This record gives sequence, C-alpha cells and structure tokens, in this order.
Amino acid sequence: MAHTAKRLSLEEGLFAGFLTALAFICLVIAGKAVDGVMAFHAGLGLLFSAIGVFLIFNSYFKRPADAVESGYNLGPIKFGAVAAVFWGIAGFLVGDIIAWQLTFPILNFDLEWTSFGRLRPLHTSAVIFAFGGNVLLATSFYVVQRTSHARLPGRVAPWFVILGYNAFIVIAGTGYLFGATQSKEYAEPEWYADLWLTIVWVAYLLVFLATLWRRKEPHIYVANWFYLAFIVTIAMLHIGNNLSIPVSIFGIKSYQVFSGVQDAMVQWWYGHNAVGFFLTAGFLAIMYYFIPKRAERPVYSYRLSIVHFWALIFIYIWAGPHHLHYTALPDWAQTLGMTFSVILWMPSWGGMINGLMTLSGAWDKLRTDPVLRMMVVSVAFYGMSTFEGPLMSVKSVNSLSHYTDWTIGHVHSGALGWVGYISFGAIYCLIPWLWNRKSLYSTKLVEWHFWISTLGIVLYITSMWVSGIMQGLMWRAYDKLGFLEYSFIETVEAMHPFYMIRAIGGLLFVTGAVIMAYNIWMTIRAGEKAEQDAADPALVPAE
Amino acid sequence: MSLMNKHGILERHSMLLLVGILIVVAIGGMVEIIPLFYLKSTIEKVEGMRPYTPLELAGRNIYIREGCYLCHSQMIRPMRDEIERYGHYSLAAESMYDHPFQWGSKRTGPDLARVGNKYSDLWHVNHLTDPRSVVPESVMPGYPFLAKTDLKVPDISADLKVNRIVGVPYTDEQIANAKADMMAQANPDDDNVDDFLDRYTQTLGEEDREPTIRDFDGNPDRVTEMDALVAYLQMLGTLVDFSIYDDKADLR
Repeated sequence: MAHTAKRLSLEEGLFAGFLTALAFICLVIAGKAVDGVMAFHAGLGLLFSAIGVFLIFNSYFKRPADAVESGYNLGPIKFGAVAAVFWGIAGFLVGDIIAWQLTFPILNFDLEWTSFGRLRPLHTSAVIFAFGGNVLLATSFYVVQRTSHARLPGRVAPWFVILGYNAFIVIAGTGYLFGATQSKEYAEPEWYADLWLTIVWVAYLLVFLATLWRRKEPHIYVANWFYLAFIVTIAMLHIGNNLSIPVSIFGIKSYQVFSGVQDAMVQWWYGHNAVGFFLTAGFLAIMYYFIPKRAERPVYSYRLSIVHFWALIFIYIWAGPHHLHYTALPDWAQTLGMTFSVILWMPSWGGMINGLMTLSGAWDKLRTDPVLRMMVVSVAFYGMSTFEGPLMSVKSVNSLSHYTDWTIGHVHSGALGWVGYISFGAIYCLIPWLWNRKSLYSTKLVEWHFWISTLGIVLYITSMWVSGIMQGLMWRAYDKLGFLEYSFIETVEAMHPFYMIRAIGGLLFVTGAVIMAYNIWMTIRAGEKAEQDAADPALVPAE
Repeated sequence: MSLMNKHGILERHSMLLLVGILIVVAIGGMVEIIPLFYLKSTIEKVEGMRPYTPLELAGRNIYIREGCYLCHSQMIRPMRDEIERYGHYSLAAESMYDHPFQWGSKRTGPDLARVGNKYSDLWHVNHLTDPRSVVPESVMPGYPFLAKTDLKVPDISADLKVNRIVGVPYTDEQIANAKADMMAQANPDDDNVDDFLDRYTQTLGEEDREPTIRDFDGNPDRVTEMDALVAYLQMLGTLVDFSIYDDKADLR
C-alpha cells in the first residue's frame, strides 16, 4: 500500500501548540483568579482553546494525506455571515430593551445584570463589533479572494481569525453583564480581552495581506484599500486607547495609563475613528464591491475613489476633539477637530457620489431589486449623516447638541441607515453566492424588511432630533426674571413620549431583522430542498 | 494627471500601500495628542487636588462597573446655564488623577462633576436604592444591591500601587495601609481613623483639608459598596476651593 505519509502541517502544529499553551495559561489563571469574573472568563478561555485544538486535530484526521486546498475558502465566510445575523438580532434587541428601559425604568428590574449601565455597552458592542465586525470579516475574506483571484492562505488561520474574533465577542459581552468594563466608550473590554483581540487582529492583518500577496491581478482593487486601511488603523487605535496596567494578572481590573484630559483626547481619537475606520472605511469597502456587483455597473470614478480614499483616511483622524467641545481640552485642539470635521464633509460626499453614481444606467433596478435599493438607501443615509456630523461638530451647534439625544439620533442615522443597510444588502447578496443558490428564498420578504425597518429608522431619528434639540433648549432656557426656567428633572420628564416613539422605531427595526433571518434561513434550507427535489422528484419534501 | 498615474505604484505593492496608510493615519493623532502632555493648561496642578482615598477609589470603581458614566457627565462646560446649574466649569486638573477619565458624553441624568456635598448621605442612599422614592420622574435604574453587598476589593494596596505606576502620587505608607484606610473612612469609630487622617489630610495655606469620615450608608455594622460609592459621590468636585481659585492664572 503506497501512500504518502500524513503530516501535521507547520501551521496546524503552531496553532495547536499556541492554543494548548493558552489553555494551560487559562487553567492557571482560573485556578488562582482573585475575582469571579476572571475565573469565569479564564474558564471560557480554557474551553475555547481546547475546542480550537480539537478542531485542528479533527480536521487533520479527517483530511486525506494529499489534500490540496483549491478554489476559494468559503467556510469562514459562511460562519461570519450567519454569526452577523445572529449577533445583529441580539444587538438590536438589547438596544430596543434599553430604549424601553429609558421609557419605563421599572424594566431595569433593579438587578445588577439587567440595568441600563451594563446593557448599554452590551448593545453598542454587539451591534458595532459583533454584528458589524462579523460582516466586515466575512465580506473582506470574500472580496479579497474574489478580487485577487486567490485563496485565503492556510487551513487554520482564517478559521482562527473568525472563531477567535467571536470568542472575543463572547468574553466582552459576558464581561459587561458581570461588570467588567474599563469605561472607555466602545472600548469597554478589560485588558485580557484587549490582548486577545490584538492577537486575533494581527492574524487577520496577516491573512488579508497574504491573500493580497497571492493575487493574480496586478492591481489591488479599491475595496481592498479600504479594508486594509480599516484593519491597520483599528490596530493602531485599539492599542493606543487600551494602554492599561492590570492590578493583577489573576483579576479583571486595570487602570489606564493616561488620565484626565490626555485620556479624554486619546479616547475620542479612538472613539471617533472607530466610527471612521470600523463603521466607515470598512463599510465603504463593502459599498465598493457589492454595489457595482449588484448593479452590474463599474464604479463611477476611479480618480474620485483615489482622492476620497486618501482624503478620508487622513482627515478622519483629526476629527476626534469635536467630542470634547467646551471641555477642559485646550481650545486649539477643539478648533482643529472642528475644522477637520467640516472638511471631512467633502471626502465623505465624494464616497457617497462614487457609490450613488455607480447606479448610472441601472437606476431602473431600484424598482425591482430591493437588495440593491437597500444598499443605495444606505449610501443616501451615509450622505445624510456625514452632513449632519460636520454640522454638529461646529462649536456653536455643539454647545446645544452635546450631551443630548440629538447625538444618539445622529449616531443611529449612520448606524441603522448606513451600516445596517449596507450590511443587510451585502448579506442578502452573499448568502445565495456562498450556498450556491440561484436567488433568495423571497424577494417579497426583503421588501417587507426594507419598508418596516425604514419606518423604524424614520421614527427613531426624527424623535431623537426633535427631543434632543428640545432637551438642549430646555437646559439653557431662562425665564424673564433671569432664572433657569427648567429643573433638570423637568427635561427628563419631557423626553418620555419621544423615548416611547424611539423604542417603537427600534422594535420595527428588530422586526425587520428577524424577517431577514427567516429569509436567509429559508434560502439556505429551501435551496437544499430544491436540490433534493431535483435529484428525486417523487420524494415528499421533508418539513 | 501624472500624480494619479503614480498611484498605480501603491496599487501594485501591498506593503507600500500599507506603509502609506500608516503614515497618513498617524499624523492627526500625533499633532493633537502629544502636546497635551507638555502644555501648561493640561498638566498644571491646582491647589487642593489630592489622590483618591482607598474608599473613594473603590467607590469610583463601582461607578465605572455600573456604567454610571453612560448617563452622567463629569465635565461642566463654561456656559452660563451650566455654571448656574452645576457650578464652576471643570478644570483639566480636576481629573488629573482619573485613570480613566469620567467626563462622559451624555446627560440622560444631570452632570455629577460637583455633586459632592449637594445632597445628604441619606438622600444618596435612598436615591441609589430606589431613585423614584426621592425623584418620582427619574428614569435611573435602582441599585438596591449596593447597600446589601459588602465592599470587597481583592487587594486595594495593589490598586494604589498600579495608580502610582501610572502617575498618581501615593506614598509608600498610603499603599501599605490602604486596606485599613478604606475601612476606617466608612467608620468614625474605627481605631485607624487618626492614622488615616494623617495620611490624607492636606494643608492649604493655614487650613487643614481633611477627607470626610462618615458611615456613608447609615449602616454601622458593615462597610458596603454603598459606603464606597457615596463616599466617592460626596467628594466629587469638592477638592478645589473656587472661592480662592484664580481662573485668570489658568486660562485655557
């Protein structure tokens, strides 16, 4: 019997060794943990590492000795796409729950694990990092392979990235519920979760770059510039903003290296560019691949994409201080932040124009293809919120809008409208492509999703605009005798009906996402059914 | 345009593109962040600022744990209505020992930068336990478990030590006695009260400024998380004495 001896590849060996070592470290930490959360998280780390080692050996024993990896690697992308839908619904749902908590505070149940302060980071992280992150990982792995005509390198590495990232999500999310937070908005996970994310992120960068190195096309496609900028800049921001020293390696608590005004500036340098690079550059990459693909039209302008790419990434970084107007941050830094935020309007709209004008000659498709319509509306929302953002960054406007729910409305026009819709559009495209289906289970359900969630977004953002401006005006209102007209609690009371409208809007958005999940589930399943029917038409379809 | 044609070089070389991106995104942050470590207005120390006592620090960590910063800012802007509502605008120096800062970004509830000494301890205890018992229209969650949970910090000395590494000037003595100090501040009958006062009292001109020692949660039998959180809230914004503060000397 002549056969080639089966060997563990170097990659498989290194990952298995690394995860085994990690499992031991977790075991030691779990044993010596000084607080319950650390014990729990180290236990989770142990479990996840062990599963990782098991998966590596499982695939090793299953594969033939001479297995050659060919074609595109779609497995991790499928996982990411499904995970995105799951986390999306979870994140939207928690968001709507906290919206109802602000309407009816009794819904906090006065328990530690269900209070607004712990659920709010769960909501923001679930939608930004779990939903958005999985969409970005899945689409970037898809786009970089297709546009480079190359397979992702390695058997283990792409899976390590996607599973490792989701392990980070689980650790971060459960941590919030148990009170593990370093209180830096959108960077709440504690030091050990940050370290783990850094490892995963470096692996992500390497997998992405190595795919580019294998490309058969001489030029790197524009979407990949944006993905690369997103990956590299997020790495820089993540490390810069999470510099902290743990009190003990056996406990969750850490203290930031920076304090006060320096920490504030670093935080919003990070915070604004989490928006700029995670929620903008990454999703612009999606726009640059999926809209031309779906509309079957080339990108409108190559030159515009060059100009707006470099302008966007250069200018965005400066915009952070507009989160700190009129604070103890020096005036020059505030003014610099404001100036660059206003300039940022131009590259942002450059991107919007490039996306919208790609539809030239294909506008009629908007009538018949709700998936394309979703992506185009998303670009329109992008244009709207990137106009609103510079407006709010002007100091005199900000003096009214800062600390109010106007900011929340602004964020959600970008998050629900832009990030949400471009992601839904990409997922609706990806699922039939990945599972080899001719089309989605139901276009009609996409229509329903589109209209229900659009109504939800409109309710959300209009109620927050109106109430946010009202709140700001009430805070600064004086009566004719020169006294403050309203006590703070009167302004809280006035928010009640608007909080209700917002929560209803959120509920509609969640409903839309559930419809999407059903549609996707049925696309994956119904396709299987159709294949079965074709193979054996006499069979009664299984329920 | 020739420059546009040159862009092809970046499109063909992934590492050049990578380095180009890194350079472009590094500039803005460096210009805005680095000077803050050197400018007078951002590193100046103001009279009255002292590091948190161990009990206050533990309270602050509970404030962070419960996500209070998500609805309460600690940054008063220099507008007439804010100054009248909350007090003197916040100085950079007032958060110099805050690792991390707690300025917040949203006021679902009021600013807390100067909430210290505005309400009684009992009001805070009632308000935290059941906010609507004292403010019927409030939308704040209740935190009844705080008063029922003993204050447990794995090793408060280690917390102080790490704070010293990142720049908070705790003395060796303060670090060594952190646990005893933490318990003493919440119990006026504690044997260590005098030692605690020695360690944290500052002398400003002629005047001695002592940290507050009280049974903050009104329960003398135990030191709870409520003690720590109320101790923290009651000192917020009280360190700098604005009756003698010269704001012209600190123009920003």
